[in-house]
Amino acid sequence: MKIHEYQAKEVLARYGVSVPRGNVAETPKEARAIAENLGGRVVVKAQVHAGGRGKAGGIRLADTPQQAEEHARALIGSKLYTPQAPQGVPVSKVLIEEAISIAQEYYLGITLDRARQRDVVMVSAMGGMDIEQVADEHPEAIIKVWVDPWQGLMPYQARQALYDAGIAREAVPTAARFLTALYRAYTASDSSLAEINPFVLTPDGQCLAADAKMNIDDNALFRHPEFGEYREESVEDPIEAEAHRRGIQYVRLGGDIGIIGNGAGLVMSTLDEVSRAGGRPANFLDIGGGAKAELVRNALELVLMDPNVKGVLFNVFGGITRGDEVAKGILEGISALEVKVPLVIRLAGTRAEEGLALLQGTGLIPAVTMQEAARKIVEVTR
Amino acid sequence: MAVLIDRNTRVLVQGITGREGEFHTRQMLEYGTQIVAGVTPGKGGQEMLGVPVFDTVRRAIQATDADASVIFVPAPFAADAVLEAVDAGVRLIVCITEGIPVQDMVKTVAVARQTGIRLIGPNCPGMITAGQCKIGILPGNIFTTGPIGLVSRSGTLTYEIVDLLTKAGLGQSTCIGIGGDPVLGSTFVDLLPLFEEDEETQAVVLVGEIGGSDEEIAAEYIRTMRKPVIGFISGRTAPPGKRMGHAGAIISGRTGTPQAKVDALRSAGVPVADALHEIPDLVKQALANRT
Repeated sequence: MKIHEYQAKEVLARYGVSVPRGNVAETPKEARAIAENLGGRVVVKAQVHAGGRGKAGGIRLADTPQQAEEHARALIGSKLYTPQAPQGVPVSKVLIEEAISIAQEYYLGITLDRARQRDVVMVSAMGGMDIEQVADEHPEAIIKVWVDPWQGLMPYQARQALYDAGIAREAVPTAARFLTALYRAYTASDSSLAEINPFVLTPDGQCLAADAKMNIDDNALFRHPEFGEYREESVEDPIEAEAHRRGIQYVRLGGDIGIIGNGAGLVMSTLDEVSRAGGRPANFLDIGGGAKAELVRNALELVLMDPNVKGVLFNVFGGITRGDEVAKGILEGISALEVKVPLVIRLAGTRAEEGLALLQGTGLIPAVTMQEAARKIVEVTR
Repeated sequence: MAVLIDRNTRVLVQGITGREGEFHTRQMLEYGTQIVAGVTPGKGGQEMLGVPVFDTVRRAIQATDADASVIFVPAPFAADAVLEAVDAGVRLIVCITEGIPVQDMVKTVAVARQTGIRLIGPNCPGMITAGQCKIGILPGNIFTTGPIGLVSRSGTLTYEIVDLLTKAGLGQSTCIGIGGDPVLGSTFVDLLPLFEEDEETQAVVLVGEIGGSDEEIAAEYIRTMRKPVIGFISGRTAPPGKRMGHAGAIISGRTGTPQAKVDALRSAGVPVADALHEIPDLVKQALANRT
């Protein structure tokens, strides 16, 4: 789960990571009140899940509370067009923060290194830039240390990374405390990413998280009731939001052939096969083990919410759940819905022939192999 | 023996009294797996399907000499269950549970690796040595004995491929589903050497998918193998940044792309099937080309 900058900063502050003073506003009036409270110059920052906000005009300086209110009015309810989100992301909240003076800008990041199966802490003196670009052009400018999960990030590791990255020597002790606090926040909140870019050194020697990006591991949300209020429905796609509510794995892909299958790997391969046959999949949908009538109906309903869908391909492998039971589940599930588009059903595995026999004379199009299923659905939707 | 398990493997089931645990214990028993014990804290002294249940893994091992454990414990308690099995000293742990927090697995996998105990999964269908022993949730009836080993990040896709192999007359030695999570107890490169050593196995099918770099790492090892490996990568048309069902199946930035995996495998001499139905023929060719 991605959380917003203001939420990440709330989490970080809880673990002793220094962040600028500020608060989130949902209306221009609130923005003004927060700016008055903070006093002096403030920054008004659009709260969206997309990088490149600054260039898109989502970060604005305000000298007075009046100006903060005007910026908030311009941003709230508008759409931000960033390189990462060219279709535009709606802004519903802005963060109002004290403007900080910057002596140096650095980069700090913590994430999982899958290959090493441990968390990696990354430090770079090239802050404020796109870190992927730094990784491409100056890989030597990113210093990495890997953390023993039982030991945690040791102070010496933090110092080592900061000195090696070329952080101002006099700032290293403060920065090391900042970095260990960041690691504490990362693990305690079950994050999969914590990124401070830029990590700012002020002229008076303070370390501050000017920006903050955190992703929380969805699998760990059960032990973090405090993140319940951070959960936001997908603003980009209403069908994905609905799937989430129903507890179904669904990803919108933009084509016109609906795909339903059991098992992530099998569904992914089905998308590949349909693409090979010249079709464009509308979605990824995994109904998991077997195919119970209720689940089939739910899944089909979801897929048909997409108005572009001209046909649906079911691809189910009957394993422990036998093919004839799967076919019955599909038939029951479908009968509850008025389906106007063609459905191709491909069954394989245990008792697949019996399953396919049950589909005879139902108007559903049976298929034996994945190739055949892909070809048929592309034909009937053309 | 085949890879890791055979008819002599003595299996204990952690979470045997749960719905999934009970259902799949019955399936495993029907396949012929020696299920010698179950563990559910608080239910020691009971029996489940004729299998004695114990309160702790340690007691179960003392009483039954179990040497492998399969875990059907819910996600919040699964890491603890794995560590209990490690501490009690089984040889092999197969963790079926899906949805375990990544930080739990980072810690747990580190311990399993340090102690040298083989952990398969989590979020996996388990493993099977055809005709001898099944540990997990795979449908036993689609497997036939033969010379093909299989190691895969996916469950149903494994069944699909096994079904194709079986129909093409290519039986299997051992098949292992390593799981769909980003942090796994065993990756391809941990298991390929076991197939390379195994006398029953003549060729290995490797089934990868988008996300991470385990396939690229495996490709380096495959260069040194004598036995042929045939590859398949799913998610060839998946968009970047979207998690495709499995927690680990996501292209992040420039890592985890299907093309990098296909290229790495092909440059290591691995024939990579573009579509599933090509796999049996590629396996047959690889077997025929052996000297």
